[in-house]
Amino acid sequence: MSPAREEILGKLRGALKRGPLTGERAAKLEARLANHPAGIVPRRSEGLDRKGLTKLFEDQAVEIATTVERVRTLADVPRAVADYLSCHNLPAEFAAAPDPLVDKVPWSERPLLKLKRGKPSPTDAVGLSVGFCGIAETGTLMLLSGPDNPSTLNFLPDDHIVILPASRVVGPMEEAWRQLRESRGGAMPRTVNFITGPSRTGDIEQKLEMGAHGPRRQHILIVEDESLR
Amino acid sequence: MQSTSHAFKDNAHEALGNRHLQSALDKMRAGFPQRRLDAIGKLPEFEDLREQGREIKNHVLENLDWYLERYERNVIAAGGHVHWARTPEEMRQIVLGLCRKLGARTVTKGKTMIAEEVGLNDFLESEGVTPIETDLGEYIIQLRREPPSHIIAPAIHLTKGQVEKTFRETHTDLPPDRNLEEPRSLVAEARTMLREKFLKADVGITGANFLIAETGSSVIVTNEGNGDLTQLLPRAHIVLASLEKIVPTLEDAAALLRLLARSATGQDMSVYTTVSTGPRRAEDPDGPGEYHVILLDNGRSGMLGTEFQEMLRCIRCGACMNHCPVYGAIGGHAYGWVYPGPMGAVLTPSLIGIENAKHLPNASTFCGKCESVCPMKIPLPKMMRHYREREWQRRLSPPAARVGLKFWAFLALRPPLYHFFYAIAAQVLGLLGRRQGSFYNLPLAGAWTATRDMPAPQGRSFQEMWHQRRKKKAV
Ligand code: SF4
Repeated sequence: MSPAREEILGKLRGALKRGPLTGERAAKLEARLANHPAGIVPRRSEGLDRKGLTKLFEDQAVEIATTVERVRTLADVPRAVADYLSCHNLPAEFAAAPDPLVDKVPWSERPLLKLKRGKPSPTDAVGLSVGFCGIAETGTLMLLSGPDNPSTLNFLPDDHIVILPASRVVGPMEEAWRQLRESRGGAMPRTVNFITGPSRTGDIEQKLEMGAHGPRRQHILIVEDESLR
Repeated sequence: MQSTSHAFKDNAHEALGNRHLQSALDKMRAGFPQRRLDAIGKLPEFEDLREQGREIKNHVLENLDWYLERYERNVIAAGGHVHWARTPEEMRQIVLGLCRKLGARTVTKGKTMIAEEVGLNDFLESEGVTPIETDLGEYIIQLRREPPSHIIAPAIHLTKGQVEKTFRETHTDLPPDRNLEEPRSLVAEARTMLREKFLKADVGITGANFLIAETGSSVIVTNEGNGDLTQLLPRAHIVLASLEKIVPTLEDAAALLRLLARSATGQDMSVYTTVSTGPRRAEDPDGPGEYHVILLDNGRSGMLGTEFQEMLRCIRCGACMNHCPVYGAIGGHAYGWVYPGPMGAVLTPSLIGIENAKHLPNASTFCGKCESVCPMKIPLPKMMRHYREREWQRRLSPPAARVGLKFWAFLALRPPLYHFFYAIAAQVLGLLGRRQGSFYNLPLAGAWTATRDMPAPQGRSFQEMWHQRRKKKAV
């Protein structure tokens, strides 16, 4: 153990006028971590059904300059992506996450679209990922790093498109944490990215400018298909 | 960072006469407070969340040693490393040691106030490692070799014209006739310049808004995405954080995040909130190969258990300075060290000693606005008052003020004498000032009358009128 560590912990204990915590007090702290109680959760997403949550998510996302398109099924995704690309004069080639959901999209219906699976190269203009959750409370996307969704996809390309099944839209952030804990038995991925709109800065005279370092545009495709999880 | 807090008065004087600064501050005063109001107006639970935030941090501080140990254990379990630094010097050496071990030549940096606190950039440079600031505001001031003037908007003291000039002087490879009139083109130019640096950097250094004990994670919050490119692309990610950044669980982080962005920039959430746990996993396609956290004390353990403990709840949102009439008039540089505004007026003397920052707790009108907007309900004015008391006890206040105050206290403790002197003074001043109505210059109060006029007393004092009224009523 480093002397700095011991000295700092010793000073903290001295300031708190006690030794290391043991017994009941330590057990209480253990229990607080194990139960990780949620605090006050804003009512704005309370009691909403799937439709209500999706609407709140969409409204909040639009508010922070994300664009959203709803599609019925995964079969509609190639058309939606192609439209987005042509509408913004973007190349038909893009980097796409190796997520199983992306495999289910019938890309062959749009033979001109060229997918590069895996992490993007610095020159890729467009990235496509799959969202783990959408948080309706604030219009925030939650993306997990891992082999399915390289985190660089979220930051390097100028345009970031995210596929999000409507069934993955939750109310508050606490609910998103709950889903994460359940899906991976409490193990954290290297990175959890909460993304609330496209990159921006107000550092020059407080004037808001998009695309400081991350994507200039953020586009979400909400897939309404109820059978998708 | 070298402190000039002792020269606060001169700094402030200069700031008041700085035309560029004053025009930049005008924009700040108009911007931040309104955006904050709009954001909290949409969240009826905001007040309750403040109270809850205060409780969470109080709980952490009471058990800080336990939570730090648990946090450390979980960082290690996730494959990361934790280093402890008592002083700025120790932190600098640990960073340098890691850079040397990794053979690092360039280091990209996300915004971190701790790095400013320990003076990391100058040190790394002197050791042959090039630090590159990537937050746009930090990048601008690094090019200008200036310290930040605000904890969340480091270049808020500059106008776009000044930024344009800096870019033209630095980015000399670019065509000189390019148009840089609008912020948009300046942002785009910085983006291009920095993209290259991100891709080439060997090590990425960021701060941390929160450290989560339950999972061993660090959390950074940015709007630009620079913090993410900083930690994602290089071979190693180093997190610099002070001890009190701990929160127990993911849920606690969620609770505090609801306060942070609203108080800081008036957003519901900042654009990027990133929770990082350990280095890249075996199956991960990207991410840093090593993950290090360096925990800094630098005087914080000395605040625990004292009247300044509550300052350790601070989540560095900047709301107190955005609403402070003194900060709004002089900007951040006048405060002379890393942390300006009301939070700096408490934190600076705590970390570098009241003898080096004795003016700061006095740079307040005690209007109370800072405490009323602080999401963590930190009683900033009360703590500034504590420092004024210490300053008095340690005889750090100027002799003239001490004599004057002692004289006033002598009178104030003897009400009849006080009223007697007051009545005489009021009459004399009233007579002298009858013609002009006010005084432009008063002996012994030259500093006061230098910037304002003192209206001449108009006859009777409040006390006199009060007594007469009472008499009348009794009749
Ligand atoms: S003292 Fe309060 S208002 Fe000021 S930066 Fe800290 S948390 Fe924000």
